[in-house]
Amino acid sequence: MVDQDVGPNAGPPRAHAAILLLSVLVVATCGLIYELLAGTLASYLLGDSVTQFSTVIGCYLFAMGGGSFLSRYVRRDELGAFIRVEIMIAALGGWSAAGLFMAFPLAADFRVLLYALVLAIGALVGLEIPLLIRILQHRFGFRELVSNVLTYDYVGALIASLAFPLLLVPHLGMIRTGMVFGLANVAVAIALLLVLRGTRAVAADLVAAGLVGASLIVGLTMAERIQRWSEIAYYGEGVIHSRTTPYQRIVLTRRGADLRLYLNGNLQFSSRDEYRYHEALVWPVLGRVAHPARVLVLGGGDGLAAREILRDDRVRHVQLVDLDPEMTRMFRDTPQLAALNHHSLSSPRMTVTNADAFRWVRAASGPYDAVIVDFPDPTEYSLGKLYTESFYREVARLLAPDGVMVVQSTSPLVAPRSFWTVATTLEAAGLTTRGYHAYVPSFGEWGYTLAGHGQPALIEAAHLPAGLRFLNAVSEPLMFDFPPDMARRVTPVNRLDNQALVRSFAEEWAKYDG
Amino acid sequence: MTAEVSRRAVLAGGAALGLAACSPATAAPYPGALLGADVRRGHRLRDAKGQSAFPPPSGAEERIPLVIAGGGVAGLAAGWRLAEAGFGDFALLELENEAGGNARGGGNAVTQFPWGAHYLPVPNREARGLIHMLRGFGMITGEDASGAPIYDPYHLCADLEERLLWRGTWQEGLYPASGLGAADIAQHDRFNAAMEHFRAAVGTDGRPAFASPSALSSRDPAFAALDGQSFAAWLDAQGFTSGPLRAHLRYCCRDDYGTEPDGVSAWAGIHYFAGRRGWAAGGAGQSELTWPEGNARLARLIAARLHPQIRPSHSVVRVVRDGDDVVIDTLDHLAGTIRRIRAGAVILAIPDFVARHVAPDFVGHAGFSYAPWVVANVAVSRQPWGAGVPLAWDNVSAGSETLGYVVATHQTQSAPDGPSVLTWYNALSVGDPAVQRRMMLRRSLGEWQKIIAADLLTMNPELDGAIERIDVWRWGHAMVQPVPGFRADPARVVARAGQGAGPVFRAHSDLSGLSLFEEAHYLGLAAAEGALRHLGRPVESLL
Repeated sequence: MVDQDVGPNAGPPRAHAAILLLSVLVVATCGLIYELLAGTLASYLLGDSVTQFSTVIGCYLFAMGGGSFLSRYVRRDELGAFIRVEIMIAALGGWSAAGLFMAFPLAADFRVLLYALVLAIGALVGLEIPLLIRILQHRFGFRELVSNVLTYDYVGALIASLAFPLLLVPHLGMIRTGMVFGLANVAVAIALLLVLRGTRAVAADLVAAGLVGASLIVGLTMAERIQRWSEIAYYGEGVIHSRTTPYQRIVLTRRGADLRLYLNGNLQFSSRDEYRYHEALVWPVLGRVAHPARVLVLGGGDGLAAREILRDDRVRHVQLVDLDPEMTRMFRDTPQLAALNHHSLSSPRMTVTNADAFRWVRAASGPYDAVIVDFPDPTEYSLGKLYTESFYREVARLLAPDGVMVVQSTSPLVAPRSFWTVATTLEAAGLTTRGYHAYVPSFGEWGYTLAGHGQPALIEAAHLPAGLRFLNAVSEPLMFDFPPDMARRVTPVNRLDNQALVRSFAEEWAKYDG
Repeated sequence: MTAEVSRRAVLAGGAALGLAACSPATAAPYPGALLGADVRRGHRLRDAKGQSAFPPPSGAEERIPLVIAGGGVAGLAAGWRLAEAGFGDFALLELENEAGGNARGGGNAVTQFPWGAHYLPVPNREARGLIHMLRGFGMITGEDASGAPIYDPYHLCADLEERLLWRGTWQEGLYPASGLGAADIAQHDRFNAAMEHFRAAVGTDGRPAFASPSALSSRDPAFAALDGQSFAAWLDAQGFTSGPLRAHLRYCCRDDYGTEPDGVSAWAGIHYFAGRRGWAAGGAGQSELTWPEGNARLARLIAARLHPQIRPSHSVVRVVRDGDDVVIDTLDHLAGTIRRIRAGAVILAIPDFVARHVAPDFVGHAGFSYAPWVVANVAVSRQPWGAGVPLAWDNVSAGSETLGYVVATHQTQSAPDGPSVLTWYNALSVGDPAVQRRMMLRRSLGEWQKIIAADLLTMNPELDGAIERIDVWRWGHAMVQPVPGFRADPARVVARAGQGAGPVFRAHSDLSGLSLFEEAHYLGLAAAEGALRHLGRPVESLL
């Protein structure tokens, strides 16, 4: 092509032009990456990906338009303005993913923060191309200029949109991806400053770019820790232990003396009031069994129910069945956790088996004088199997003729239909039942169901040991009284092929959570 | 060994090598194996062109009163019927190393899994033989006051049974529940009402219009006429044109018959919806019986009972009549020898395309066509989930051409996460089955794994990094196709007419045209009872 359109030679020399065109490619890639990051993060944290993506992209494009409009107010030194814009984008865009992750649990309204950030980055990115066109206008003819700039802009967009899902998110993760592209923006600024250093004062801008770049490099090396901090913020307490096993994410937090266990984000106990939950779980059973020599615990891998059971000298053997080996190992070997359960998992009277209880009960043989069924709430169809008639028939087979069992049965206040479904289902499996409830501050009003083979012990008073913190001969019988808002109602039997409990549980808790 | 290598095989192998050399896609991205019916053993019969390619029988002639050729569900059911009658004097010859046919399964350290058919709908009241067998296996534990069978809940498919990925969200059931127009909803309701009508319909001969097993269906011409047209043509004529409805019906036809709606007889298409009147106590009639290993559970329970009679790795190469006897030449694939058996009766429980080569005197030339399928077992380190309802037994995407996946641990596991095996199904139903079959065999393990992984990851992106192994089973002739006119096909009519005669009895779902467990089971029982009578043993029918 004949170079006839070349304008007056007032602009930057050719090397500058090449760097500037290359920077179009880089800034276009970075710009789209930040947009994709914001959209992905928003759908990751807020759900409903169609809404999040479309509102984030819309705001971003609108803000770019705003930035382009604002570029008219840059009246001189476009190059200097462009370099500062790069540094600002590097700081905001580079830290965007990390910042949003950390802010999510803290911010009162995460959306305000999200869209403010999207608008700010969008406006800055919108400034880039008009400024670059103006910087380059003296170097190329208008025809070539528009062609060059838009070509690199769109090629950059393609690179970003392919690299983001295929390479960046799977291999770098979102926090590191932001940091890496922030560094690319910094690199553009620094490269231009170095090229220009003979023609103008660059020291202040170089220092700013250097600081942003350094912060991004530090951020890059600490991405893992940032992820952890954001989890700390989510839990509102110090995370002292966290582990992802094949079955769940176990997180242990501590604030002051309060130790809390979360499984997949759901609170399992708080050390402040777990004695209420576990005394109420264990003693109404043990207090009604004449000779509780053999006790079966299904679930309860934290060893806290076992701690209560082992206080009873009549108990000669406890068989505990928990799915997750990591869970029982943690509560056996971590000193502060073992202290909490009084080393119940390493007691010579204890046998721990890591197995799926749904399968284990079918192959096991009894009899057990007491059975404690302490599973997570039936939030999933898979867990719902542990609350079915078929499962209770197997447990009933393992229960001695004069044995008593108890089932953790969710909140009778929040989910009364679900609570009484457990009783109906146990009765369908041929057992007699008696529901009760206790107040556990960190859970709320909580429910349990006693069951047995129709022996009178179920309705008799319990023989409780001395020294319990929550239960005594006066408070224990009160647990069996249900005021009208929690009173028994007619419910279906929870079967493997209808999973009535999982359905009612989801309904009742969704209504309660609003 | 030289006899095993035909020129055709050498050429095919050369072509495969050539492809492998120039295709970069052949490196398998996951551990796994390419499995399937032993094509070499099967094609040896086809390529033999008569029996001249096989050496003459060696050793002494063996005398066995009754021989069952073929250990698929029909052959096993025939054997079960003989055992049930107290008759043990028979041999069951099975080409493969393991009996079971389409109802075979495999396993790994985590779970058993199916290689083919994975469920059995709760049988209808008329499926007496099948109900009898399920009672014997302890799957039916009693009867309620009305006499309806009580099924052991462990064998009934656990909730959640099915979910559909529809517009980005998993929803319960396989029919879209949201985003449909009023016309779509009205058509769906009208379709359901039409099927309800057919389900309740009784022909002039007093039989249900659509029975399961299909042999017990009415012969009333009013219903028989439905066989003359394709399901697609019938739907068009009835004004069932709604896109979501037709997409769902296409899924159903491919799932049960491996065939597109325009290749399925309207009678078969309607049978899918109107033939099921499951008879069970406690409202379980709509349910399915399923096991981690699928129908291999049933096949293995039968095979265990027939252990002394089953001869694996034995194929029948020739069946001819000699006076009142039948002479059967059988090839022992491990020893490479041909032995001769003289029997009083034989049950041919082998597919038609094999039977016509080995027993041309008894099997007319039928033009049956067969649908190829690909089934993969995908070992995953964690279970899939996704937006919407949680993981179900059967998981299907409205946006995928494949038939989705079934979770092998669904019946046995209560862990909400952890390792599992996903059984992925696809019927290669578009276009000419022979072309699809060739393409299926030509693709390398790596190519299949890429297709399967891409399909799974599109449905469940969170499985990224969780796929540990993909084993792929290629079924060249997975299912006979119930094409328009299949009920009246002269080959089937002749075969059924010859059933009572002997000494050769036929039993295979090919004869019914519906490749379903209930069909094969019924035909196996019918052949076994016919053979017992032929041998002079009185038998009270279970049919």
